Amino acid sequence: MVAGIVSYGGYVPRYRITPKEIGNVWGVDGEAMGRSLGINAKSVPSPDEDVITISVEAARECLRKVDVAPTDIGAIYVGSESHPYAVKPTATVVAEAIGSTPVMTAADFEFACKAGTAAIQACMGLTLSDMIKYGMAVGSDTSQGAPGDALEFSASAGGAALLIGKENLIAEINQTVSYTTDTPDFWRREGQQYPSHGGRFTGEPAYFKHVMSCAKLLMDKAGSKPEDYNYAVFHQPNGKFPVKVGRTLGFDDKQLDAGMLVRSIGNTYSGAVLLGLCSILDRAVPGDRIFMVGYGSGAGSDAFDITVTSGIKKLKRAQTIEEMTKDAKFLDYGTYAKFRGKIRMRGD
Amino acid sequence: MRGVAIIGVGETQFGELWDRSFRDLGIEAGLKAIEDAHIRAEDIDALYIGNMSAGKFIEQEHVSAIVADYAGLADSHLPTTRVEGGGACGALALLQAYAAIASGLHDIVVVGGAEKMTDVGEVKAAEILSATADQEWETVFGATFPALYAIMARRHMYEYGTTREQLAAVAVKNHRHGALNPVAQYQKEITLETVMNAGMVADPLGVFDCAPLSDGAAAIVMCAADRARKFCETPVELIASGQASDTIALHDRRDLTTMDATVVAGKRAFHRAGLTPADVDVAEVHDNFTITEIMAIEDLRFVKKGQGGPATEQGVTALNSKISVNTSGGLKARGQPLGATGVAQAIEIVRQLRGEGGKRQVTDAEVGLTHTLGGTGATAVVHIFRRVR
Amino acid sequence: MATPRFWREIPSRYNLLGTKCGSCGTLDFPPRAVCPKCGRKSVGKMMKQKLSGIGTIISYTIVYDAPSSYELLKPYVLAVIELKEGARLTSQIINVEPGDVKIGMQVEATFRRLGQEGEAGILQYGYKFKPVTG
Repeated sequence: MVAGIVSYGGYVPRYRITPKEIGNVWGVDGEAMGRSLGINAKSVPSPDEDVITISVEAARECLRKVDVAPTDIGAIYVGSESHPYAVKPTATVVAEAIGSTPVMTAADFEFACKAGTAAIQACMGLTLSDMIKYGMAVGSDTSQGAPGDALEFSASAGGAALLIGKENLIAEINQTVSYTTDTPDFWRREGQQYPSHGGRFTGEPAYFKHVMSCAKLLMDKAGSKPEDYNYAVFHQPNGKFPVKVGRTLGFDDKQLDAGMLVRSIGNTYSGAVLLGLCSILDRAVPGDRIFMVGYGSGAGSDAFDITVTSGIKKLKRAQTIEEMTKDAKFLDYGTYAKFRGKIRMRGD
Repeated sequence: MRGVAIIGVGETQFGELWDRSFRDLGIEAGLKAIEDAHIRAEDIDALYIGNMSAGKFIEQEHVSAIVADYAGLADSHLPTTRVEGGGACGALALLQAYAAIASGLHDIVVVGGAEKMTDVGEVKAAEILSATADQEWETVFGATFPALYAIMARRHMYEYGTTREQLAAVAVKNHRHGALNPVAQYQKEITLETVMNAGMVADPLGVFDCAPLSDGAAAIVMCAADRARKFCETPVELIASGQASDTIALHDRRDLTTMDATVVAGKRAFHRAGLTPADVDVAEVHDNFTITEIMAIEDLRFVKKGQGGPATEQGVTALNSKISVNTSGGLKARGQPLGATGVAQAIEIVRQLRGEGGKRQVTDAEVGLTHTLGGTGATAVVHIFRRVR
Repeated sequence: MATPRFWREIPSRYNLLGTKCGSCGTLDFPPRAVCPKCGRKSVGKMMKQKLSGIGTIISYTIVYDAPSSYELLKPYVLAVIELKEGARLTSQIINVEPGDVKIGMQVEATFRRLGQEGEAGILQYGYKFKPVTG
């Protein structure tokens, strides 16, 4: 028996800011920065949005596409590194907002950018063991970069929800493997507003080591080669890392295109790989095979081998991820700083 | 039921009165009214106090007891009652006093209205004002008090073609009247340009479309009409009242451009008085916003529905034209200490009917009317007064 | 708003839960114990029903002067919306330039943060409306 995806839904806030606009304020050549990061714009949440609202919108979008009774969802897990509360789960608000309470379990996950993929695996386990009928895994973030830091050019906001189950699948998850070590490449201490990172340490010993190792583990386990896949989506902290890792593994740039949202909306952290997958599912046809590897600092990778089924044709189509990324309103730095709480207000 | 007359009136200046406390204001107005009525403290049978939100403005509930106490009446152990109904509380207090005398329960009653709004600052005061809207389903979703009236204004403009200039005409007229009123908060005329160019509060209402925050108090002494001449040469009779309620939330009203509570309260009052709107010479209507006066003159049937804007623009409601509306300056220029409003409106009518209107006297004023609202129109009170011959 | 007071109305604030009168079929929002049309006939017959969240703008304003908790959102649009079931409510309109809002515009409900009980207090969520796309 195989677990898989029953439905999917994503949400990207409408506001954007360009690297050039950010660079202007900090005396950096923003356009050059954007080119070196492979990012044209990043998404910015409105002051009345946060991981809770984004997760709700993504979850509702997911359920809009299928006829699933919300009370059949036995578990909801939300992964993020910018949960609005340090204590009080995002998942319960989502559960209430989609009507799946009260007979169910819920929790929030944290593992930097791979909290969402970890949630998928948890849902798979509960489904395969028949503890629940459906589980919802959400990855969403509104992460911030410190003013003037390199991360400010890429840290953005967005989220996606996957409904996991054993029946009525639109895609089967054939395999999943993970690769986890204690590698402190990027972190945020309790009480700190902005994360810290190890600069170049975040590359080879962190992102590349875990993504590559996990990807190879998956292809071993699945007995597959890059050519076997129609699409590949890797965690995308910028537009360069996933292309580099893809090429190194033997994937073609074109296989990555559909899932590469970072170029237009930046790095949505826990939402990134899930949103990339949603974008692929918007256009995938039955039989398409998808290679997905997430990455979270700290560090670890979760990889998934996915095959799209004929069930995907039965989905009620709604707004595509591409349409969401194109619905964009660009901001100046002042408005962006105001929205992101970077301006000290009275009482702060 | 016996007739009821007003035998004395008194009020404080309205405005930002930093060195006057709530107690100071209440007592000043009360003492002036008692003197005007030529009665003694021992003559008073009961007090009714209109106050909307002392609990929030000065963190004091139970203000009925405070007024009696600081008026030096504690030893009389008078029955004293605070009346609340949004901004209509002063008019409601008047109605309670009327009922008490008409029924024979009391003989001589003092009605006071007072509010001390400025201590808490504008932002907090605005929040307190919005507490008369629906806290669960309007304010929590972002509604401010001006925003709700602005929504009515926009619909009125959409359905009847009312213009911003016509709204502004209300403010210009009322400031012109206020300039003739020595107790008004604003005693300076303003131009249409000033109103049109003012900053926006809630589109289409700008700063000058909104009545100010004010401190102030007003008091009235009432007794049975057949005894009034003992105390007063020019008693004025409160001949009829009408009161009505409506849904708390603006979105639940039947029609955003009509205050059904005003329509019903007006009809009840006119019916009981045996009069029609055409009989009214002078009226004080609730102009907390310019649109409110426009809707009020329509809903009281002084002009046809939808014609409030053009009528104001054409001067139909100016001093000594077809019907003189808000000769005091209205809430807009005279000020609106919430609890005092209804009482102050009645005082203006009493003065007009007594012939004490000074520079703003309405010629041969015989019949006067007050109209006071609570919230966005969930309460409306209409009183009709007549000169006693 | 105090936490229990906000929490009590969550089904309506998150999911537009209203009531349908078992006597005349009128839909009310928020839920009512007594139908305004039927009075006592309706007592005990009011049935819970979620509203669709699709509606039309009946009137609106652009709010410039607002409480401090709206500092980051000013100016914002506030509207009276008539849902397709007939019930009306008051809510903000988002995802649109204030100048482009029109009476008669079709809108649909979204989920946004309404406010918070201060820096350390509970976050409050509920409906805001956006123009219907496509």
